[in-house]
Amino acid sequence: MDTPYFPAPALVNVSRRRFVQGAGLVLGLALNPAASRFAVAAPAAGAAFAPNAFLRIGADNQVVVLAKHLEMGQGVYTGLATLLAEELDADWRQIRVEGAPADNKLYGNASLGGIQGTGGSTAMFDSYEPMRRAGAAARAMLVAAAAQQWKVPADGITVSEGVVRHAASKREATFGQLAAAAARQPVPSEVVLKQPAAFKLIGKDRLPRTDAHAKTDGTAMFTQDIKLPGMLVAVAAHPPRFGAKVRHFDPAPARAVPGVKAVVEFPGTDSSPAGVAVLATNTWAARTGRDALQVEWDNAPAYGKGSDEILAQYREAAGKPGKVAATKGDVEAALKQAAKVIEADYEVPYLAHAAMEPLNCLVRLGDKHCEIWNGEQFQTADQGTLAKLLGLPPENIQLNQLYSGGSFGRRANPHADYLVEAVSIAQAARKQGIDAPVKLVYTREDDTRGGYYRPLNVHRVRLGLDAAGKPVAWHARLVGQSIMAGTMFAGMMKDGIDPTSVEGQADLPYEIANLQVELHTPEDVRVPIQWFRSVGHTHTGFSSESLIDEAAAAAGQDPVAYRVQLLASHPRHRKTLELAAERAGWSQPLAAGPQGTRRGRGVAVHESFGSFVAQVAEVTVAADGTYKVDRVVCAVDCGVAINPDVIRAQMEGGIGFGLATALHGAITLKDGEVQQSNFHDYPVLRMNEMPTVEVHIVPSAEHPTGVGEPGVPPVAPALANALFNATGKRIRTLPLGTTVAA
Amino acid sequence: MPTLDINGKPTSLDIPDDMPLLWALRDVANLTGTKYGCGMALCGACTVHADGNAIRSCVTPASAVAGQKITTIEGVAADRVGAAVQQAWRDLDVAQCGYCQSGQIMSATALLRQNAKPSDEDIDAAMSGNVCRCATYVRIRAAIHHAAAALA
Repeated sequence: MDTPYFPAPALVNVSRRRFVQGAGLVLGLALNPAASRFAVAAPAAGAAFAPNAFLRIGADNQVVVLAKHLEMGQGVYTGLATLLAEELDADWRQIRVEGAPADNKLYGNASLGGIQGTGGSTAMFDSYEPMRRAGAAARAMLVAAAAQQWKVPADGITVSEGVVRHAASKREATFGQLAAAAARQPVPSEVVLKQPAAFKLIGKDRLPRTDAHAKTDGTAMFTQDIKLPGMLVAVAAHPPRFGAKVRHFDPAPARAVPGVKAVVEFPGTDSSPAGVAVLATNTWAARTGRDALQVEWDNAPAYGKGSDEILAQYREAAGKPGKVAATKGDVEAALKQAAKVIEADYEVPYLAHAAMEPLNCLVRLGDKHCEIWNGEQFQTADQGTLAKLLGLPPENIQLNQLYSGGSFGRRANPHADYLVEAVSIAQAARKQGIDAPVKLVYTREDDTRGGYYRPLNVHRVRLGLDAAGKPVAWHARLVGQSIMAGTMFAGMMKDGIDPTSVEGQADLPYEIANLQVELHTPEDVRVPIQWFRSVGHTHTGFSSESLIDEAAAAAGQDPVAYRVQLLASHPRHRKTLELAAERAGWSQPLAAGPQGTRRGRGVAVHESFGSFVAQVAEVTVAADGTYKVDRVVCAVDCGVAINPDVIRAQMEGGIGFGLATALHGAITLKDGEVQQSNFHDYPVLRMNEMPTVEVHIVPSAEHPTGVGEPGVPPVAPALANALFNATGKRIRTLPLGTTVAA
Repeated sequence: MPTLDINGKPTSLDIPDDMPLLWALRDVANLTGTKYGCGMALCGACTVHADGNAIRSCVTPASAVAGQKITTIEGVAADRVGAAVQQAWRDLDVAQCGYCQSGQIMSATALLRQNAKPSDEDIDAAMSGNVCRCATYVRIRAAIHHAAAALA
C-alpha cells in the first residue's frame, strides 16, 4: 500500500470560543480549518474542557491525550502520548489517554485514503510530526501564558517534566495552574520541534504503557464490559453457510427461557449476515435462548463449496497466465536458459483472526440518532456505512471508542459487517416496540465461523538459477481473492491488481535480472475475506522467503550469505538480516540437541509496511518427528524507535502470532460450512509452544514506521527453513503442523 | 438464589441454578474484569479462584461454588501473592490488548501460591491453559519469575 507522507497540517484553534469558557486548554490540529464544526458536549462549569482534537489540559493538571487510533494491544495509546508529551515536556505521570471521537477532518489517516482508521501499521508513521506539533504548540502557549503572568520574557522560561519555570525570578507553575491563561493565548502559526538529541521520552527504553494499570486490575473497559441502563444482550443464530437467508423459525423455545425479552429476525445485507437474534437481560439467557432456536435456512443464495474445491480451482488457475503485477527482463527466456529451475506450489489456508474478545457492538438507536460503543478500528468508515444504512447524516452516528481485546484487522471491516448486524438487530427490536440499547455479542463459535478470513492462497513459483547458483529468473503466479475489490478501498487497485494481494512478492528486494509476478483474483468464491495482521505479507513472505532458501540450498550456499549478496541495493534489509544473524550466532555451528534429536535453524528477512524484520528460528526435532521452536532471534529496523519496549513487545507478540498460523492455523470449509468452531479445533499458540525471543533494534534516524504487523511475516518461513535445515524436508503448505517426517 | 462470597463480600444473586459463575460475576454482580473467551474452558480468560484454586468460571455453575471463597481480578490485590503478580505484570509491561490478562494473573497467582519458585516447565504446565492471542507469553513467563523473586 502506498504510504504517502501526511501533508503538513495547519494548526487551528478548534474551538476558540470554549477556551474562554472554562479553566483549561484545548488545542487541535487539523488538515482543514473548517474542522471547527467538530461538536462537543458543553463542559461543566469549572471542569476540564470536553474532549477535543489531540490534547486537553485540565485545572487538575492532567494532560489528556486524544488518540485517533484504536488501542488493540499494539501500544498506540502509549506511542501517540509519547510523541505529544515529548514536545510538551510533560511529566509522563500526568498523561492520560482517551479514544478520540470519529472525525475525518481532524483525525483522517492519509495512509488509509483519508479515513479515520487504524491499519497498515501506519499510526506512528502518520502521527510522528502532527502529534509532536500538537505538544509543541501547547507548550508554547503555556510558556506565553507564564511570560504574561510573570511579566518576564518568554525566552527565559523553561519547561521540564510538567513544570514551567522562570529561573531568574524563581517562579514556577504547573500546566494545570497555567491552563486557563494558556487557553487565551493565540495558537502559534509555527512551532519548532526538538532535535532528536534533545528527546527525553522518544527512544526512552522503558516508558511504562499508559494502559498497564487498567489492564491488570480488571478496570480496562472493553465492549464486552460496557453496560447501559436497560440494555439487552443479543446473541444471534447465523446461517451455517455464507449468504443463506432465514426461511422459517420458531421463537417459542427461545421465548420460554427466563430473561429473554424478544426474538427478532434481521435481514442481512450483501456483506453482513442474516439471522435471528435473541435479546435478553443477560448474556447467559440470550445464549441459552439462541441455542434453543430452531431455524430453517434457505441455502439457495448461499455459497456451497469446500476448501478442497477452492484449492483445486486455484491450482488450475495457477497453470494459466494472470494479470501482471510486476515484470522486468524476460522471465521465460531466462528460465529456458537457466542451469536449474526450482518449481513449487506454496499454499496457505483461510485463517480466522480469533481475537480473545469475540466480536461485539453496543447500539443505542433513536429516530434521528445512533450511538455506538465499540473497539473502533475504522471509525469514519463505520460511521459512513451506518449513516447510509439508517438514512441519517454521518454526524448523527456517534462512536464511543473503547479498548478492543485484540482485533488483528478483524474490527477494520470495510463493510462494518458486525456493526451493521448490531444496528439491524436494534432496528428489528424497535419494530417490536423494544427501545432498549442492544449489545450484540458473538460467541467464540460465532466469531470463528463468522467469515472475513485471511484469504486462502496458492502461489505457483519458478526460480531459475545459473550454473553458479545465482538466481536469474523469478516467476510467481499468485491466486487468491481480493480484499479491496468491492470495498471503499477499490480505488487503490490498479489495472485490477489488489496491492494487498501481491505486496511482498511484486516488490521483491533480491537483485534478480528477470522477474514476473502475476495475479489471479477469483471472483466467484464467496467466502468473506479481510485483512489479517500483516495482510498479503502473511503469504507472500512465506513463499518468497522459503523460495530464496530453496535457491540457497540448491546452490549449496549459506542462506544468510546468499541473501546478503542479493541485497546490495537494499541496505536496510541487509543490515537487519546481518544483525539478526550476528546476534543469533549464525557464524557458529548450532549446538547439538539431546541424543536422538536433530536441530536446525532457518532465517528470513522481510519488509512490510515500511519496516524491516529479520528472524532466525532454531528448532529441535525429536525422534518421533515432533518438534519444538527453541528460540527466535529478531532484528527490526522501523526507523526512529519511539518506544523501544513496545517495539520489542510487538516483535515478541508478532512472532507468537505468526507461529500460531505456522503451526496450527487453518479454517476449512466443507459444502460451504466452516468446520472449525472454537480453540479445540482452531488451535492458537500456547505458553508451552512459545520460544525464547530476543529482539534487537537497528539504530535508525529514518522516519518511524509501524511495528504492529511487520514482526509476523518472517517467522513462518524462518521456521520452515529451520525444519528443512534439521530434516532435509521442505514444507510448502501452511500450517506446517506440529510434526515433521523424514 | 445462591449467596456467593465474592472478594470477601457475601453477595446474593438472583440467578438460575445453571448460570455459569462467569455470567453471574459479569452480568449480575457487575464484576467485568473476568472475561469470556471461549465458554468451554479452553482459553482461561475466565479464570477466578474458588478457595484459592484456579477454576474456569465459564463452565462452573455459580450454584456449585456457593459457600466457597471466590476471588476475581478485582480482589486479587488483597492477597500478598496476587499483589506481587499484578505488580510484576506492570513492571514488565506484560499486557498488550489486555483481554486475557485477568485470567493470566489469576492462574499465575494460584501457581505461585502452590509453588513459590516455579521452573519454566512448571510455568508451562500451569499456564498453558491460558491463551494469549497477542502472545505475551515471553513476558508472562518473565513476570512470574519476577514476582517469585519479589516474594522470596
